[in-house]
Amino acid sequence: MTENIIEVRDLVKHYPVTRGIVFKKTIGQVKAVDGVSFELKAGETLGVVGESGCGKSTLARVLMNLERPTSGQVLYKGQDISKLSGGALRRLRRQIQLVMQDPYTSLNPRMTVGDLIGEPFEIHPEVAPRGSRRGKVKELLDLVGLNPEHINRYPHQFSGGQRQRIGIARALALRPEIIVCDEPVSALDVSIQAQVMNLLEKLQAEFGLSYVFIAHDLSVVRHLSDRVAVMYLGKMVEIGTEDEIYERPTHPYTQALLSAVPVPDPTLRDNKAIIRLTGDVPSPVSPPSGCRFRTRCWKAQDVCAQEVPLLQIRRGSDHPSACHFAERREIVPTHEAA
Amino acid sequence: MSEQSAAGADGSGRPSGRLLEVDDLRVEFRTRDGVAKVINGVTYHVDAGETLAVLGESGSGKSVTAQTIMGILDTPPGFVTGGQVRFHGKDMLKMSSEQRRRIRGEGIAMIFQDSLSALNPVFTVGFQIAEQFRIRRGMSRSDAKKRAVEMLDQVKIPNAKGRYSNYPHQFSGGMRQRAMIAMSLALDPEVLIADEPTTALDVTVQAQIMDLLGELQRERQMGMILITHDLGVVADVADRIAVMYAGRIVEEADVYDLYAKPAHPYTLGLLNSIPRMDEKGQELRTIKGLPPNLMNIPPGCPFNPRCPMAQPVCREKVPPLLQIGSARASACHFAEELVNRD
Amino acid sequence: MSDPSTASIVSTPPATMPTEAGSGAPTNAGLPESAQKQQKPRGLLGDAWRDLRRKPLFWISAAFIVLFLLMAAFPSLFTSGDAVNGALSRSRVEPSAHAWFGYDVQGRDVYSRVIYGARASILVAVLSTLGTLFIGGAMGIIAGYRGGWVDALLSRIADIFFGLPFVLGSIVILTTFNGAGTDNGEWKIMGLVIMSLTVLSWPVTMRLMRSSVLATKEADYIVAARALGAGTGRIILKHLLPNCLAPLLVYGTIMVGSFIGAEATLSFLGIGLKTPVVSWGIMISEAQNYIRVSPFLLFFPAAFLVAAVLSFVMLGEAVREALDPKLR
Repeated sequence: MTENIIEVRDLVKHYPVTRGIVFKKTIGQVKAVDGVSFELKAGETLGVVGESGCGKSTLARVLMNLERPTSGQVLYKGQDISKLSGGALRRLRRQIQLVMQDPYTSLNPRMTVGDLIGEPFEIHPEVAPRGSRRGKVKELLDLVGLNPEHINRYPHQFSGGQRQRIGIARALALRPEIIVCDEPVSALDVSIQAQVMNLLEKLQAEFGLSYVFIAHDLSVVRHLSDRVAVMYLGKMVEIGTEDEIYERPTHPYTQALLSAVPVPDPTLRDNKAIIRLTGDVPSPVSPPSGCRFRTRCWKAQDVCAQEVPLLQIRRGSDHPSACHFAERREIVPTHEAA
Repeated sequence: MSEQSAAGADGSGRPSGRLLEVDDLRVEFRTRDGVAKVINGVTYHVDAGETLAVLGESGSGKSVTAQTIMGILDTPPGFVTGGQVRFHGKDMLKMSSEQRRRIRGEGIAMIFQDSLSALNPVFTVGFQIAEQFRIRRGMSRSDAKKRAVEMLDQVKIPNAKGRYSNYPHQFSGGMRQRAMIAMSLALDPEVLIADEPTTALDVTVQAQIMDLLGELQRERQMGMILITHDLGVVADVADRIAVMYAGRIVEEADVYDLYAKPAHPYTLGLLNSIPRMDEKGQELRTIKGLPPNLMNIPPGCPFNPRCPMAQPVCREKVPPLLQIGSARASACHFAEELVNRD
Repeated sequence: MSDPSTASIVSTPPATMPTEAGSGAPTNAGLPESAQKQQKPRGLLGDAWRDLRRKPLFWISAAFIVLFLLMAAFPSLFTSGDAVNGALSRSRVEPSAHAWFGYDVQGRDVYSRVIYGARASILVAVLSTLGTLFIGGAMGIIAGYRGGWVDALLSRIADIFFGLPFVLGSIVILTTFNGAGTDNGEWKIMGLVIMSLTVLSWPVTMRLMRSSVLATKEADYIVAARALGAGTGRIILKHLLPNCLAPLLVYGTIMVGSFIGAEATLSFLGIGLKTPVVSWGIMISEAQNYIRVSPFLLFFPAAFLVAAVLSFVMLGEAVREALDPKLR
């Protein structure tokens, strides 16, 4: 449990904003991910939460090596994956797999389920000899709770939750060590969402998988994660164990985020103190100086505009927080056991 | 099979002084693959100053009901095959399209989930609001503009005057949703239907918008129908809740009763399957299976194949929505047992 | 679904949602039977086929096309007459029970000539279509997938060809290689006509393919395939091409029709197919001087031409409706 399987150091990903068709002129940078460091331990689930535009999906793409980082490193067992190419990169891909958000667009509509789940074996033929593949595909279907006899069906013949299971089976085919889940349940209905979350937990226990679980739904993240990282506008503002973040948050943004989550219990309606944030998330092209959250923060002082707060352990707290005025505050209403 | 509304208790089906009533509404979609029975006898009502939440998963018919009320159902493929939608006691389904058009906006207004596609991208936001005042109220250009700025101000858009001449794409998601609320409230409707108004928004913005909606609703004493799948949002704002499944209301109750003691196994299953931030759970208790195919709804109770309590009777008889106790109703053969179990 | 034990998580209802609203007539009767059928695996093309089978438009146009193709392949099935040699004594003899379509100026049987003419017309149209689809499609995929300067360069080249007026362009090409003084054989003439049609039409298919690739390239399933480690070849052949082919297929069908017309136009202008070849265009061209005295000389080849063009255009229309996901 203690081995770092992934280490991310000072990761930066900027996208140039260009103008012109033939002669492109760069007029700015979208600072999607701007200096993020964390590690993922073998067998754990790291939840990454944040609102839209905070850079969590870009982070997933860089982890998957679908995009090269502008600077910084992603180390898989000490090896910088962004420097890999050719055969080494292909071998790495067997270890890190991706489950995407939208079960309707992430499966090629012209391929049968058998082809879809069998495709990883075709790309990495060394994993399974040709003759055994169909059997393996059926095993995988069974594993994710689908009928193996449906191997010849097309994606559009399945419901959203079933398609997400197909996506999971595909990611599992090569027996990876890490699965990056980019909002895997946010497109699903409540009752189906719970089924898929249970499946993810079952598979983790069975195969010792590590998950990077990216989501905007804080309840889902808490349910699945061992540790949680909170992102805001390309920066990580707080990271800690699930208890540390949900019970003892110290960053104002985390506190506001937690307080805004609607709790399905009408009796808590009146004794819930929601921290109201004003305004919207600023543009990642020109983020505020100093602390990026200061434009919406009720604690902001002059120092927040001048100095970028580092993600470090602050006084009176047990986990790193990127706020000059980090302070414990209880947010999540304690719920008497039903 | 007559399904009685829980609170429409006079039973006569005659105008009962309700603001908006949906009575045994039935809608089907005729597609080339067959006929999908999307709404199968939905009955609910909303009064001035109250918020009714209609809760359901995709395909439960919650949005189609709203579209039918507004008269914006796509026909074909959608056809109303029975029931009434009464506004101030008059059946809107029998009105001329001109009469219905007049009710839209002034009587009943609607806000949508996707504010970007609900606003016309080629006109400024302010113009789209002002246009209503000019056309429906016959105001002059400058008066209409003044009122539109007021509306933008009321929905707490900062610098309303300056924002008046912005285009929808220049607004952020939250601001656009505010603008749409301003637009739908411009003509002072008595009923506001909000169809998943915050689903596309981030949680901090979602809280802002729900606050705003609640505030405006109290101020104006509007009846509000909040359509959503989010059990959390509902718990915060609703007075009453109607739970829909496969085109029927399966349970209707006061918000506190519903969360404390669900009277339908589907509601119970839904409540059990949400991960709760305030409870570190182990395995989530899920509802097994999938919602039924609306072209082939199972006989008896539509929930029976997924129901842990199902008995032979559930496969044979459709349970009507019957009142239990004073102010709640459930469409389950074993509702009494569910409620009375400790 | 009536047995509750089958409704576990693994059961799959026929995936038809009410939102997939079609314009087709509702088939209320025999619903259980059609539900049975849906258990069989079926791709999107299968769906389209199921749809096509219901359309009378499709059957009528398909029947005509089959008829024309048979004519082109086995003209002797339809006529035992001679299309090339005639007797001047029968010059411009009107249609009769003996010769249904009459005889032309040189005393050749018009019926036989119309039948034999199908071969050249359809061969030219089909080959030009294939060429256009192949060249345009390949260029479109390269431009769309690679993007950047490759896209810019290929698109500009396409713009240049697109800018050439069709008739003017083919007149220039054909008078150069197939002018009055040249003595080309039957196949060489056909090849030249096919080439000029292809060269002047590929930019349209390229644009179609390019925009289709651009839209598909960013799809989640392409990203997913890249994440699996799929190479460029696999992504193009397995993921991009099958999903981009539909509009091309539709356009191709319609294009066969319009190329039949284009071939006739060129032949009529005297720069397309020429006399040892028999084609509808040539017949129309030859008939133009006798329109007033012997209108049947013009009427029969023109009727066949119109019927063929219409059949292909209608088939394309039917296929488009069946494939268009928006109508689903």
